[in-house]
Amino acid sequence: MFDQILQFVLTGVTVGATYALVALGFAIIYNASDVVNFAQGEFVMMGAMSAIAMSAGDGLPIFLSLPLAVLVTIGVGILLQKFAIAPARGASVVTTIIITIGASIFLRGVALLLWGKSIFAMPHFSGEQPIHIGKATLLPQSLWVMGGAAFLVLGVHWFFNHTTHGKAILACSCNRTAAKLVGINVGMMMLIAYGLSAFLGAMAGILVTPITFTSYDAGVMLGLKGFSAAILGGFGNPMGAVAGGILLGLIESLAAGLISSGYKDAIGFIILLLVLFFRPSGLFGKATSERV
Amino acid sequence: MNVRKILTTLTASLLLTLAAGQAPAAEPIKIGSFLAVTGGASFLGDPELKTLQMYIEEINAKGGVIGRQIELVHYDDGGSPKKSVNFAKRLIQKDKVDVIVGGSTSGSTLAVMPLVDRAQIPFISLAGSVKIISPVQYWTFKMPHTDAMAAAKIYGDMKQRGITKIALISGSGGFGKSGRTQSLQLARQYGIEIVADESYGAKDTDMTAQLTKIRDTDAQAILNFGFGTGPAIVTKNVRQLGIELPLYQSHGVASKKFIELAGDAAEGVRLPAAALLVADQLPDSDPQKPVLLAYKKKFEAKYGPVSTFGGHAYDGLHIALEAIERAGSTDKAKVRDEIEKTRGFIGTGGIYNMSPRDHLGLSLKAFKMLEIKDGNWTIVK
Amino acid sequence: MRRLAGLCLLAVIVVLLPILFPDNYYVTVVGVTALLHAILAVSLNLLMGYAGQISLGHAAFFGIGAYTSAILTTRYGWDPWAAIMAGLALTGLVSFLVSRPILRLKGHYLAMATLGLGIIINIILVQGEQLTGGPDGLGGIPTLSLFGWALDTDLGWYWMMGATLLGVVWLALNIIDSRSGRALRALHGSEVAAEMMGINTTAAKTGVFVLAALIASLAGGLFCHQQSFISPDSFNFFFSIELVTMVVLGGMASTYGAVFGALILTFLPELLVVFEDFEVMIFGAILMLMMIFLPQGLFVGLQNLALRWLNRRRSAAFGAVGE
Repeated sequence: MFDQILQFVLTGVTVGATYALVALGFAIIYNASDVVNFAQGEFVMMGAMSAIAMSAGDGLPIFLSLPLAVLVTIGVGILLQKFAIAPARGASVVTTIIITIGASIFLRGVALLLWGKSIFAMPHFSGEQPIHIGKATLLPQSLWVMGGAAFLVLGVHWFFNHTTHGKAILACSCNRTAAKLVGINVGMMMLIAYGLSAFLGAMAGILVTPITFTSYDAGVMLGLKGFSAAILGGFGNPMGAVAGGILLGLIESLAAGLISSGYKDAIGFIILLLVLFFRPSGLFGKATSERV
Repeated sequence: MNVRKILTTLTASLLLTLAAGQAPAAEPIKIGSFLAVTGGASFLGDPELKTLQMYIEEINAKGGVIGRQIELVHYDDGGSPKKSVNFAKRLIQKDKVDVIVGGSTSGSTLAVMPLVDRAQIPFISLAGSVKIISPVQYWTFKMPHTDAMAAAKIYGDMKQRGITKIALISGSGGFGKSGRTQSLQLARQYGIEIVADESYGAKDTDMTAQLTKIRDTDAQAILNFGFGTGPAIVTKNVRQLGIELPLYQSHGVASKKFIELAGDAAEGVRLPAAALLVADQLPDSDPQKPVLLAYKKKFEAKYGPVSTFGGHAYDGLHIALEAIERAGSTDKAKVRDEIEKTRGFIGTGGIYNMSPRDHLGLSLKAFKMLEIKDGNWTIVK
Repeated sequence: MRRLAGLCLLAVIVVLLPILFPDNYYVTVVGVTALLHAILAVSLNLLMGYAGQISLGHAAFFGIGAYTSAILTTRYGWDPWAAIMAGLALTGLVSFLVSRPILRLKGHYLAMATLGLGIIINIILVQGEQLTGGPDGLGGIPTLSLFGWALDTDLGWYWMMGATLLGVVWLALNIIDSRSGRALRALHGSEVAAEMMGINTTAAKTGVFVLAALIASLAGGLFCHQQSFISPDSFNFFFSIELVTMVVLGGMASTYGAVFGALILTFLPELLVVFEDFEVMIFGAILMLMMIFLPQGLFVGLQNLALRWLNRRRSAAFGAVGE
């Protein structure tokens, strides 16, 4: 029994690490610009798909196509901010949600045209020989995912708390006008925030696709789960988002293993709803006060 | 005034009658199709559409059927039954097609069946569920083997290997679920006991939790019904967990893509599939061989690796056209009767023998049991 | 009186279309779908546009209504109208029970909670095969009859849906212009201020939530009999998003805007079908562009454009006179 649970936990943390990266991307964009970016899942998809496309057949070697794919995705994120979000500033919350939904559909359509409807695989970074921990097994790629995610999360944390640019982005979200008054180039900060989110998404895609495969519509479910994880952890709290992601992965895996594999997604959402009922701002969210 | 009016009307009517006399010859035969070209089931609809387009082009170049050219009117329903219903209505009412060959997924087909019944138009479905032809609907026919037949074929092979207890793991889409239902229903008949029954979501990326549970039962084999990324991930997870039990897949993975995705883990996996995948391994005496090789060659020259699903479209199109040829017209009732009278048609799925009580026309014999060896399909004797 | 003028205009359009274009696929087939979508959009608009509560799971109530009626008529032989009533009762109950905890949430949390609710219900529809038929759906649903007339033609359903839409719009307009409606709008403006004025905001929010759910359920009941086959695919998260898009596209806080948005979003894919592989990309682009340039929604946005154009002409005329 213990071995079983160990397996569930290992799997849950691997899946959760991906959710965490996507959730972190959501949190960053929300923190910077009050926008829920429903195209976040598409960043993950683009990172993976462009890497595969560039190294397909006689293409570039993998160590070149990976960073290039990340750069391409960052570019897409920046374009998204500049041409879809920035022009619509001042629009209501729901309007921007629809814009990002439109963006996610658009990106999916582009992926469909460029790469077709097939499913694609990526080679594992260091082979597929499973590692044994008791009776449970772990793929080496899972270690890449978990390690990579941890590294990125720490990096983001350091960026926001110990660098000028990071703090500047946080300042923009607190009070845009005040930020401008102290000389922060708000427009540039927005671009950096979106680029950073896209970077995280692309990294998540590259790290996890060897295990999960990818296709033009692989981003949808991920975006949804990432959003749920971000809410679970407390929307707007980056570390909360990460915690939410890992927690969601664990819940799904344990529910599949211990309760019912058919209803595991439902159980995940039920738990999310229960959390929200008792803590309406998520697990680690700051309680908001409304100014009247 | 009056004389002029009478003269103009007379001339007009004369011209019209002349024109009417000319009309029928050039009118094209319209084949309507709604397929899941994009979306989760695109591995079905995409090769189906390509096959239809490819062969209609070829047949038109050779002069068409009964002296008429063939026109394909197709829509992409993305696998959504709601859209299929609307597109079917569009095909029937707006485009006024003569025959419908389509319905990549069971859901789309089942949704449309009452429609074709009311519109009285022959419909050849390319989907797998046994519910499409059982009970038999007057206007609906079906090309692929049913999920029930797949389960039966697999169980037959299991019996041969002395397997009596199995674990089921299935995708929660229509194909996976109906495969699971048929597997559960037929188990007792073949003396098989199902000791575990797990499922996963279509977009899930890890099934180790379910397989860990299965590993701890006394199952002697694992049966996975599903398509898309699911079965590939299941196969890889099975290897990852070190489970040495025989793994059976369904015909949902009957394409090279599965071997590509599952990689080395696919070694030793068995599945039932149409003979198209192993055409060159068939004995020369097999009547299907020339048809299969021709289709394979033609498709691969233009589009890449062949798929059994495209083959269903080949069968459907040719059966429909041959029925039109035999009926001598596109009269829907006559064409339907001729489709029902299809005998000995050698298609990619097998040899079709339809009857009023059997709107599929295939036997288990046409389904081959395959095993993956060295990244290739081989026939299990 | 002015608001009824709009309703009359809508009624005239709905009645005239099939008369002017008989046997037209776009009117009788796509039109029925558009009318259905419009009913759903109007109900969602009450919740989102007027009360300001985001709901990303509206398809769930549509689904409960549809499946309840379908299951009761096919498995238990109920009369279709009674089954639809039962669907309404069940939806009312579920939405009421869920509303209390859910409506305490705000903004994105509310969006997530409604999204989660929608997904949970969809999963139940998929997994509960014994009852719901699972992913392959439920077929053989009998059609409705009205005073002895069986509704089994596209045109018949067009009239049914059209009549229902007009009734729902009338209901919405009445509510908006009533005390409850003003309470809702106050609530949308500022919940705290509304409470201070003595409005029972909890009751108001619950009321509109349940009402929107009931209308969606009615639409679902009609839908399942019109299609005679339903499957969980029609009641998933994507459809909920489509409904939200219709409301926002048309213009929130505008009942006619919601109808307009529904029409656009139903006809657009039919028109884009010719683009085949490009369809998805073009659709996404259109969505983005429309929301960027007309953020108040198409209905209001186009009205404004029209007004500005008219004003420009008027002042040009005056300018010439003044010369």
